[in-house]
Amino acid sequence: MAQAFTPGLKVTKETIVKKRRILPLKGDVLVEKGDRVKYDQVIAKTELPGNIKPLNVANKLGIAPEEVKHVMNKGEGDKIKKGEEIALYKSFFGLFKNVVKSPIDGTIDNISDVTGQVLLREPPIPIEVKAYVDGKIIEVVEEEGAVIESVGTFIQGIFGLSGERNGEIIIVTDSPEDELTADLIKQEHKGKILIGGSIVKMKAIKKAQKVGVNGIVVGGIDDQDVKDLLGKDIGVAITGHEEIGFTLMVTEGFGQMRMAQQTFDLFKENEGQWASINGATQIRAGVMRPEVIIPKDKDSSEVDKKSISSQGLEIGDPIRIIREPNFGSIGSIEKMIPELTELESGSKTRVFEVKLENGEKTIVPRANVEKIET
Amino acid sequence: MAEEKDLKTIVATDCGSTTTKAILVEKQGDEYRLIKRGEAPTTVEAPYEDVTKGVLNAIDELEDLTGKKFINDEEGTLLKERKSEKEGMDLYVSTSSAGGGLQMMVAGVVKSMTAESAQKAALGAGAIVMDVIATNDGRMPYERIEIIRNLRPDMILLAGGIDGGTTKHIAELAEIISAANPRPRLGIGYKLPLIFAGNKDARDIVKDTNDGKMALEIVDNIRPTLEEENLGPASDKIHELFMEHVMQQAPGYPKLMEWADAPIMPTPGAVGAMMQTVSNEKDITIVGVDIGGATTDVFSVFELENEEGEYEKKFHRTVSANLGMSYSISNVFAESGMENVMRWVPINMEEKELRNIVKNKMIRPTTLPKTLKSLIFEQGIAREALRLAFEHHKTLAVGLKGVQQQRTISDVFDQKESGQSLVDLMKLDMIIGSGGVLSHAPRRNQSAYMMIDAFLPEGITTLTVDSIFMMPQLGVLSQVHKKAATEVFERDCLIYLGTCIAPRGNEKSYGRKAMEIEIEHPRDKEELLDKATENSPYFHISENMTGKIIKHTVNYGEIFRVPLKREETATIRVKPTKKFDLGDGYGKKMEFKVKGGTTGLIFDARGRAPFNLPEDKETRLKKLIEWAKAMNAYPLDRLNENK
Repeated sequence: MAQAFTPGLKVTKETIVKKRRILPLKGDVLVEKGDRVKYDQVIAKTELPGNIKPLNVANKLGIAPEEVKHVMNKGEGDKIKKGEEIALYKSFFGLFKNVVKSPIDGTIDNISDVTGQVLLREPPIPIEVKAYVDGKIIEVVEEEGAVIESVGTFIQGIFGLSGERNGEIIIVTDSPEDELTADLIKQEHKGKILIGGSIVKMKAIKKAQKVGVNGIVVGGIDDQDVKDLLGKDIGVAITGHEEIGFTLMVTEGFGQMRMAQQTFDLFKENEGQWASINGATQIRAGVMRPEVIIPKDKDSSEVDKKSISSQGLEIGDPIRIIREPNFGSIGSIEKMIPELTELESGSKTRVFEVKLENGEKTIVPRANVEKIET
Repeated sequence: MAEEKDLKTIVATDCGSTTTKAILVEKQGDEYRLIKRGEAPTTVEAPYEDVTKGVLNAIDELEDLTGKKFINDEEGTLLKERKSEKEGMDLYVSTSSAGGGLQMMVAGVVKSMTAESAQKAALGAGAIVMDVIATNDGRMPYERIEIIRNLRPDMILLAGGIDGGTTKHIAELAEIISAANPRPRLGIGYKLPLIFAGNKDARDIVKDTNDGKMALEIVDNIRPTLEEENLGPASDKIHELFMEHVMQQAPGYPKLMEWADAPIMPTPGAVGAMMQTVSNEKDITIVGVDIGGATTDVFSVFELENEEGEYEKKFHRTVSANLGMSYSISNVFAESGMENVMRWVPINMEEKELRNIVKNKMIRPTTLPKTLKSLIFEQGIAREALRLAFEHHKTLAVGLKGVQQQRTISDVFDQKESGQSLVDLMKLDMIIGSGGVLSHAPRRNQSAYMMIDAFLPEGITTLTVDSIFMMPQLGVLSQVHKKAATEVFERDCLIYLGTCIAPRGNEKSYGRKAMEIEIEHPRDKEELLDKATENSPYFHISENMTGKIIKHTVNYGEIFRVPLKREETATIRVKPTKKFDLGDGYGKKMEFKVKGGTTGLIFDARGRAPFNLPEDKETRLKKLIEWAKAMNAYPLDRLNENK
């Protein structure tokens, strides 16, 4: 039987997570293979060339562009200080002097005799890559970064906003059904990762921003709130760089969606633990889903390997329905129907008979089912 | 050459951004026929991150359906040697469009001239244009540098200056780009491509300024003189780099190349190859569309008079990288606006609910609409995706030989639409629809209906769809085994939906006469309306039919549909009123013969050029239901049951 199903999101109590941490351009790697690292430890750093300030020297001195090279006191690559004289033009046998002073500290990047423009570069901007998760360095990528291996609880979401953050896991709703309302967010939640239930709305989001919460994990969110939060509509699902003050991870989808019990329970088990969260989502080539990692002080050799490989769907497997009707419902595969079956929409497709948590049985297209990976 | 070879078993796959489709073609007697088709989700997502897994899964389904063996299960590879009737294959070919969009920045000297041309070239090549930099864009140089650095495009197109003109401004732009030295979003060892398509005298300056920082490609000036626009070379170069770039991002691609017996073709390239073959063999003008999950490609073949006064066929292809039905669905919604989508949907739905439906499809792109309501809504979005992609195509399918478009200074001041689009809907003979939402619509009538609404054909137009969406596979197969590809295409691929007969023009209000029609049908009333009951969509015809002749007045705002099978031919006489033109002029009578299809003859008197939907919501909903009924598009009774 073909394994024609949508790969599920991982919700795993214990697994091995590998993170490739790479600089955007070459630099120095500060760790060695076998090192144990903390989430906030810098493992590689480099310097990004500084910003450019163009200065039209030809215009300032009232000379032709090709003359600029001859009046410069500094050459390409030379260091300059703010206020330093970088060009000097004498006319009438030295009677009149015109000077150009550097507006910044930095270096001369380029002198153009076509445009008469001199490009000044500000000092380099240091860039650091932190470990992001607690773990062990298992590979060093020369001049670029390293691969960190971490053993822990790993929970993927379906959609997220903003990038990497860390914090303590706090459960704020009583059940996975409840809304994460503003009144549940307290001052002491500053820097924490809050786990809610089925939805978070704008009022609560505003409160979270005000308090300085580091992360929010909920079942669903209204797209209208996402639009209002970002000030624009998301065209294609590529996120991770939103500056919203906290990281958001949605576990089920858009709208009010009860968080899967298993996901909620797993968070509950880890209440008070330190976690890493990343909202970056990319649903295209090289798919990336948002995640929460709760590292454990364990070695990868102690992990049961069986829990890592992903199998096809079989009868009895727990699944989640990922499209209306019954969107978000959890159930199990009761029957695999090989013949094409007509749906209400008139489409004919291969389907499963699914037993929902309330005991009700329903027909669901295979494409609308997602395996719950454990 | 492979064509000489007597191949028995051929497997071809198309790795789309959402689904991987495999077809099995076998030689039966003297001819090649499609045997089975299998599909599986494309596996670029975790946990697989390997496109070949989806290929194996799709071929695995072929095994299930035929009881034959094509996969070496132990090694997870293909059985590339045909051992028996039941094991192995002679040939394996594949196309791929897994990857996604291309994000570009363009730069030109004058915003409304070279920068605009550069933008058109980039859009024409299917890119998302993130920003347009121009010397007169009102920004400070350091701001431009910052924008380039922050946006991190996949590619930059630099244009500017006419050939032989001043080079100073280009030098300035080149300096800015060089100073920004943007980093690619993906891959450290990869140099960002910079395409220079400006004043040829500035090539050396650009080369020197770039100084090896970016991968510089030089093509012909997109604006060689002030009156001339030549987008072709820049567009082609972008296309070329886009394919290379996107392909390389799809995990597992190197392994797929190893398996295939012919170079992997990008899906749009393969579909385009097939469209051109159809146009040449049938000697017709064509608009083809392939609507995928992430991108929509539009193809057209129209005739253009050359300098000798002879007509020659011109092929155009555009890729709208951000219009699609799954990954890009949210972008279609954002680009066309909710009102434009909802004008096609005959049901009341709330904005909040709709937004969530669209976003949920975006994050779970492989799901199918189970309810009728979500199917209707999705097909509404499809109309908009098709319409926008077609609009995009029309602006780029223009021009004369060697020069894509003529634009004079006065055009610029007049703000006139520059250049004449080659797409003439009145001269269009055939529309070919392809892609999941058209090929897999539960009813073929839905595909016909969607294409009419999106493309608004005028005059007499044949509507077809790729039956099970295998044009990509046949396109790549045609490169190595033309006989197999054309035989399967003729017999198993193209489905004739019927003919759309739509006069150009409008009336003041709905209900006024638009045209009188007379159809000489091959069947008489009894045969045609054999089982027609009061609820049948054809019941209304019985009132207008005597013997084999159907006479009817089609009023403005109506769709009138008559069944006519693929193998049947009917003679049609149409007398439009003075307000309408069917191709021979306003009010001019026409007589012609047409063949049928699964949907039959569609007389569409809803008006053209422009096509307007009622502004009043209640009237619109009523009309949409009426048209859906005339098209027999949906089991609308199911909708009522749900209410």
